[in-house]
Amino acid sequence: MAMALQTAETGTDPADAERDSPGGKPVESLHRVVIRIAGDSGDGMQLTGDRFTQETAAYGNDLSTLPDFPAEIRAPAGTLPGVSAFQLHFADHDILTPGDAPDVLVAMNPAALKTNLKAVPRGGTVIVNTDEFTDRALKKVGYAADPLHDGSLDGYRVHRVALTSQTVKALDGHPLSRKEAERAKNMYALGLLSWLYHRPVDQTLRFLEQKFARRPEIIAANRAAFQAGWNFGETTEEFEVSYEVAPAALPPGRYRNISGNPALAYGLVAAAQRSGLELFLGSYPITPASDILHELAKHKAFGVRTFQAEDEIAAVGAALGASYGGALGVTTTSGPGVALKSEAIGLAVSLELPLIICDIQRGGPSTGLPTKTEQADLLQAMFGRNGESPVPIVAPRSPADCFDAALEAARIALTYRTPVFLLSDGYLANGSEPWRIPEVEDLPDLTVRFARAEEYQGSPFLPYQRDPHTLARPWALPGTPGLEHRIGGLEKADVTGEISYDPANHDHMVRTRAAKVAGIAQSIAPIEADDPSGAARLLVLGWGSTYGPAQAACRLVREHGGQVAHAHLRHLNPFPPNLGELLARYDRVLIPEMNLGQLALLIRARYLVDATGYNKVRGLPFTSTELAEEIQRILLEVEGA
Amino acid sequence: MLDVTVKNGAPVAKDFKSDQEVRWCPGCGDYAVLAAVQSFLPSLGLEREKIVFVSGIGCSSRFPYYLNTYGMHSIHGRAPAIATGLAASRTDLSVWVVTGDGDALSIGGNHLIHALRRNVNLKILLFNNRIYGLTKGQYSPTSEPGKVTKSTPYGSLDAPFNPISVALGAEATFVARTIDSDRKHLTAVLTAAAQHKGTALVEIYQNCNIFNDNAFEHLKAPGEREAHLLRLEPGAPLAFGERKVVWDAARGTLAAVDASDERPAVLHDPTLQDPSYAFAVARLQDPASLSPTPVGVFRSVSRPTYDDLMDQQLAASGYGSQAPDLGALLAGADTWTVGAPERAVVE
Ligand code: SF4
Repeated sequence: MAMALQTAETGTDPADAERDSPGGKPVESLHRVVIRIAGDSGDGMQLTGDRFTQETAAYGNDLSTLPDFPAEIRAPAGTLPGVSAFQLHFADHDILTPGDAPDVLVAMNPAALKTNLKAVPRGGTVIVNTDEFTDRALKKVGYAADPLHDGSLDGYRVHRVALTSQTVKALDGHPLSRKEAERAKNMYALGLLSWLYHRPVDQTLRFLEQKFARRPEIIAANRAAFQAGWNFGETTEEFEVSYEVAPAALPPGRYRNISGNPALAYGLVAAAQRSGLELFLGSYPITPASDILHELAKHKAFGVRTFQAEDEIAAVGAALGASYGGALGVTTTSGPGVALKSEAIGLAVSLELPLIICDIQRGGPSTGLPTKTEQADLLQAMFGRNGESPVPIVAPRSPADCFDAALEAARIALTYRTPVFLLSDGYLANGSEPWRIPEVEDLPDLTVRFARAEEYQGSPFLPYQRDPHTLARPWALPGTPGLEHRIGGLEKADVTGEISYDPANHDHMVRTRAAKVAGIAQSIAPIEADDPSGAARLLVLGWGSTYGPAQAACRLVREHGGQVAHAHLRHLNPFPPNLGELLARYDRVLIPEMNLGQLALLIRARYLVDATGYNKVRGLPFTSTELAEEIQRILLEVEGA
Repeated sequence: MLDVTVKNGAPVAKDFKSDQEVRWCPGCGDYAVLAAVQSFLPSLGLEREKIVFVSGIGCSSRFPYYLNTYGMHSIHGRAPAIATGLAASRTDLSVWVVTGDGDALSIGGNHLIHALRRNVNLKILLFNNRIYGLTKGQYSPTSEPGKVTKSTPYGSLDAPFNPISVALGAEATFVARTIDSDRKHLTAVLTAAAQHKGTALVEIYQNCNIFNDNAFEHLKAPGEREAHLLRLEPGAPLAFGERKVVWDAARGTLAAVDASDERPAVLHDPTLQDPSYAFAVARLQDPASLSPTPVGVFRSVSRPTYDDLMDQQLAASGYGSQAPDLGALLAGADTWTVGAPERAVVE
């Protein structure tokens, strides 16, 4: 690629001239910063990242985060597999990704430096905790020489800070063991970063008070460490400038920062509230979905029943049982759990009852990469059951969008009396962004109509008599007098629901279930391509969490004069009604996916379009730069053709 | 018992018959159980619509189709899980599970034991015919050792489960056994199960006349059965035929001895909290000969039910008494406002 791609998502251009802070040190304004904080998984890196994110959100920047942690709860301290990192991208304008590469790396130990330095471009800033660079620690991670002194850091702006010992010194006089004092070094680092980027600190101080409410000595120590880190920035010559990133001009409204799993949980609660149903969650703990169970377990005041089942099968079974009884039945899991639930999902297809299956995808196959992201369950959701067993699929495109996607999954499940897959992923689950909090009255009305005895005066209740528009069957709840009926997984006669092995009936029922799911397309808004010039010949088509990088890549290409259209699918089954027509408008279609081409397979089969894939399964989201380069490569081909 | 009143006259047995043609093999023990259940259900004093039968897969699992209540014929082994979701979210219903020895103890063993330990308000009828009927005659987890079947032409190698022992080990609060052909006993045990609050497991010995005929004949034939059947009656001595059950202090357990033994027969008490007595009664049975076979209620103790506890947690959170504030939930604690005259950083 000849063209160097630098822009709002990737560039490092300063915003305007430097000015002096009241304390005397100059302040430099930036449009955007990407910080990565890395340390041992026992060092509290995720907490530090979360707090810095909250401060940044409160300040009003647009932001996007990417936590990256090991599957082990406490891998051996100081080792490479034990490194836990948190990346935050914040800006004075609208951004879409957690940033391709960090501008600033905070490395709390040699392992963190070794695993993360390669991600930092030369010229970037590296803040290292020099205390941890002992001979033993260096040897543990395979450093032959001390990288702080052997030239490995040449070309970087390096700040050497004795974080651990300065924290211990700051806590002198606190009633803590040395070990406990050392543990506060993440707060020291947070204080330093908060100074460096002019973050508001009230929330963090308040958070510490709440988190350690029962241990005042820990609150005092963390506050002192945080303050000491801040003061160090203010006074040391190590840091000559501090940085300011002005608030972003987001659309007016009230905001909070949110990651995908809580957004999804709130979406489910909202769906239950807007449908007038109780929410029943059957779930078995699995990474990265468990946080949804944790979140929903708190909200019993909303009539939310959470059932931690004995296994994945019982989790979906109980959810289906609750749906049969008139609840909004939901099960949350990840890919391996979906594999176990397949038979029960097939039963839900046959019973034609509402059910939401949330699959927070992770790297596979088998146990795979439990804490890393992937999009490789699309075909499992689509086809992973015996028989012709169509299930609608919706996917969120960003952490906050998990809220709306959950409402949409509920709409489809309740309207069409069908199980629905909600395909989130590990990146959406743990990544975060600002969310404009919706007004409750603006949320969709999902009111459900159950079958009532009065409608069947004199005539028998027919459990498989369908609504002519939606093909949905009536939902008659146990407890309703006069509508007693039996349903099951055996093939049933249309209309009456009685067991039927009749060949023609089976053919009819298979086609009817397929037609019902296909008919959902009529209730879906047409998909639109984002194509500012209107002259693009290449369409980038995405789904799920690739939205951010794909949109950022398209913007980047356009800023450099390229013409490219971008469309993103919320619905994977059925596709929006005009998708074929949209695809036909472009000479080329590029489908970036964190799998080996699953959406591409569906698109090619369905529309006979020669779509090209861009596929990586590294457990990490795409960078906008790599996608932009791929788009430009194809654009050159298109022009050359 | 459920607090439901009956309107417009109490239903009778025929009200519980569905219009479906019953498709079990002629002579199958399931017919007798179905008839007993249909005639017993009116005594519950419940409206038909409040009763739900959930089954898994197997011959017995066709049961819901033949009852004019609400019913679900689900998938193999999963009925206790599905019924748990229903019972936990609808405490107003009377939820029954119909299952078999393969369905409950093999493919669905995990769900069975967890339903029992949770004490969800479910009544589980486990039809034990000691064979796989619907798949045409393979040995089951309750088949006697060495069982020769199509899948075990040289005899089965597995030791069988004693379903009563399994249930007691899984902390079940109500455990009973009865026999398909003994309508009176079956009805009495079902009544006791229905009156129990919590999970009740009723093992029903059921004859599969096609693949395992006469498996329980010695427990049924008049003149022969008395020697093998140990009828469990609260307060009554444990005795069968010419034998009785005493406390064998030396071995620290129950033992069957001749009636002439001077030690007194143990008096049956299903209400003991400690399950070891009920377990010892269950273990009197020889797994190969099924003699003696205790029938009746082994254990019936009171423990809060899962569904009631769940309801209490919801009520304690204000559900049902205070309108929840969805707007407040969505906003959370840390918000900021864009576009307002003065930007509130922290609210
Ligand atoms: S196979 Fe056996 S259990 Fe099944 S219906 Fe026939 S007789 Fe009854």
